[in-house]
Amino acid sequence: MEAGTAARRQLVHPEVLLRDLKPEPRGWLAWLTTTDHKKIGILYLFATFLFFVLGGVEALIMRLQLAQPDSTLVNAETYNGLVTVHGTTMVFLFIVPVLAGFGNYLVPLMIGARDMAFPRLNALSFWLLLFGGVAFYCSIFFEPPQAGWTMYPPLSDDSFSAGGGVDAWIFMIHLTGISSLIGAVNFVATIHNMRAPGMSWGRMPLFIWTILVYSYLLIIALPAVAAAVTMLLTDRHFGTAFFDPTGGGDPLLWQHLFWFFGHPEVYIMVLPAFGMISEILPVFARKPIFGYRAIAASTVAIAFLGLLVWAHHMFATPTATVVLAFFMLSSFTIAVPTGIKIFNWIATLWKGSIVFKTPFYFAAALPGLFVIGGISGVILAIFPVDWQLHDTYFVVAHLHYVLFGGSVFGIFAGLYYWFPKMSGRMLSEALGKLSFWMMFIGFNTTFLVQHSAGLSGMPRRVYDYDESLGVTAYNLISTIGAFILALGVLVTLINVVHSIRNGKRAGNDPWQGNTLEWFTTSPPPANNFDTIPRVRSVEPMKDIRREVLARTKPVETVAQPAAPRSL
Amino acid sequence: MLAALAAALLALLVAAPSALADAFTPESGGSPNADDIDTLYKITLYVAIVIFLIVEGTLIWSLVRYRKRRSRPDAVQIRGNTPLELGWTVAAALILVVLTVVTFLYLPNIENPPESGPEGLQASQTRFASVDQPPPPSGRPYLRIGVNGQQYIWRFDYPGKRKLFSYHTLVVPVDTTVVLEVTASDVIHSWWIPELGGKVDGVPGHVNETWFKIPADQVGKTFDGQCAELCGYNHADMRATVKAVSPTEYESWADQQASGIEESGKLLAEQRKGREGEDSP
Repeated sequence: MEAGTAARRQLVHPEVLLRDLKPEPRGWLAWLTTTDHKKIGILYLFATFLFFVLGGVEALIMRLQLAQPDSTLVNAETYNGLVTVHGTTMVFLFIVPVLAGFGNYLVPLMIGARDMAFPRLNALSFWLLLFGGVAFYCSIFFEPPQAGWTMYPPLSDDSFSAGGGVDAWIFMIHLTGISSLIGAVNFVATIHNMRAPGMSWGRMPLFIWTILVYSYLLIIALPAVAAAVTMLLTDRHFGTAFFDPTGGGDPLLWQHLFWFFGHPEVYIMVLPAFGMISEILPVFARKPIFGYRAIAASTVAIAFLGLLVWAHHMFATPTATVVLAFFMLSSFTIAVPTGIKIFNWIATLWKGSIVFKTPFYFAAALPGLFVIGGISGVILAIFPVDWQLHDTYFVVAHLHYVLFGGSVFGIFAGLYYWFPKMSGRMLSEALGKLSFWMMFIGFNTTFLVQHSAGLSGMPRRVYDYDESLGVTAYNLISTIGAFILALGVLVTLINVVHSIRNGKRAGNDPWQGNTLEWFTTSPPPANNFDTIPRVRSVEPMKDIRREVLARTKPVETVAQPAAPRSL
Repeated sequence: MLAALAAALLALLVAAPSALADAFTPESGGSPNADDIDTLYKITLYVAIVIFLIVEGTLIWSLVRYRKRRSRPDAVQIRGNTPLELGWTVAAALILVVLTVVTFLYLPNIENPPESGPEGLQASQTRFASVDQPPPPSGRPYLRIGVNGQQYIWRFDYPGKRKLFSYHTLVVPVDTTVVLEVTASDVIHSWWIPELGGKVDGVPGHVNETWFKIPADQVGKTFDGQCAELCGYNHADMRATVKAVSPTEYESWADQQASGIEESGKLLAEQRKGREGEDSP
């Protein structure tokens, strides 16, 4: 059989001779010079999780400071620096690029391609991201930016933030922005042109749909923030006054430009996580995804509507009521496609035969947590109500339910689900489940009470609060929760480090997956696939398994029932 | 178990609303617009709780009920159900239509300042019926106060023939509609006294409006708040207090404050003159 295939291949492909072929570099040089999408994907994951840990440590320092009123752990300047660096890190250096990391690793594998369309550009986009992050983090040794990750002028202007921190931030936005744009163009080119034979739009995995939409959103939204930060840079150093009211500019222009990018950014951060769990839930429920078309269509709908809601971040600014009403209604509308996704995921579990493995825990938690962020989002979209809740801890709670409960739980589901493919080893189930429960309990303990803190009148971004505000208990609970959450994350990191050498061997298809990445070995070879199968449905691996089963004699299937069902 | 949970939640909401209101609803009680926002929030919250229970209930139930067991048949291979999917799309849209209607019903009362009450500052006490005051629509005038955010204090400019301003503490008569014209002179600040209604950003170069009207029975009460937009290192300490007094008390406070300002102005002018004398050769 083996020899036959090899002989046939020799017949089909003419022999190719290569002169002066240098051997593949080994060791760390292999990582430095790689253009392999899988290695780049792993570099992305490694770097972004490093930033995730840094951002997490910053969050823990903030929570420690707020555990009690009148705390003197950090001063106001340091606290504002922590607020700014934490937000910037999590948005620009963790969630957006970690999704690019998963996309890099998985897109070619899931669509049956041998690499991304532009492998060198792919490497460039990783290195730009890393240097953007390093440039930004250098500022903590001098003077980190203190104007919040939204960097509203005039506070971020040179008269009020003279230090170089804001400039480091601008530099980082440009570097990671170019990185994301290059990456997005690469995803678009790859997904449009390099899908396996038979993989029509209607048979494309839902994760690929979300990466495609993620890419288009980046291409549409990033230029706005690139323009805005360039204007801020010239305001700061070259005497322009785009945002400076004393020179005829307007601070509100920044807010419009920033949020025109900033709100699509939320969907950039959350849609690929939705895509991941749309892959994971059906695999463990042993059922096809419920309403494939509706989920794909709602992804596109959310992206489109996501471009029309930016001013709901500006309800407290001097703005005409008709504008406020428009942005309230557009924000309401976005709840419909989001709701559709949640209903579809639950319907996917309905009448399933659910196998409870760690990736499934994280994936199933996502709709449960995201619905809380979605509901508080609808409450915040009612602009008179937002007048009370805007810029309070209610918003902090809301955004963490969306970005941690939504994105990060999705990312962890993805990590547990695809780690065996990337490393060839299984992560420990015991540690995984422990990590899940600690993260789930810790997360809710941290952020549920923050709704109440905000309702009681605690604004966000304050380094201290008054005992008389009545939020002391909420803050203490929240701090305890944050540490449980952090320990949960630590358990996963230990799990990864431990399992990368000692984990159980995964085999090609440990979960009985639906998509093509499970067709190849774990980890996949440099060229991904020797033969690319023809795709006949949304679940090509199911078809392949069925075919294999049909070809095997029935007696043998009865004799070895445990083999494919090793779960 | 879920029913018990729902019952417990409902019991909490029904039985001890006053004790728990603080934890679950925005601050209110100092002004009708704050009360209306509170009501609007509560209506939304009730709708939200129902949706929350349905979604989480179905999710948890599916997870428990459809766990893989040997005795149970294999998963049912359903790929979708168009009527069901259309159904929940329409249902979600309808809920939002209801919320929209409710919001627009409450909006005018939240946005538009009402007229001052009979126990409020009267036009006859016309310290503030000066030339720069717009004609009161109903005979009972507004009190228009300029609010200016500055790193890290609030300044209030009161209307009247004499120069009258204060820092940090805003003194207002009860039962009188107070319209605030909020701006800022350095960076963006946000004016927020939770019990007196929503926040408005003070943006340099813009004037933003809000209002409140403290009921007559709240004489002597103070309402605290703080800046709600990150405005620099001392943002957390940029606080403000609104002090509700009776109209007559307001009048006498205004007189005293204005005289104080005039006197210190004179003193300053004299000092300046003295300095000039010193400086000149």
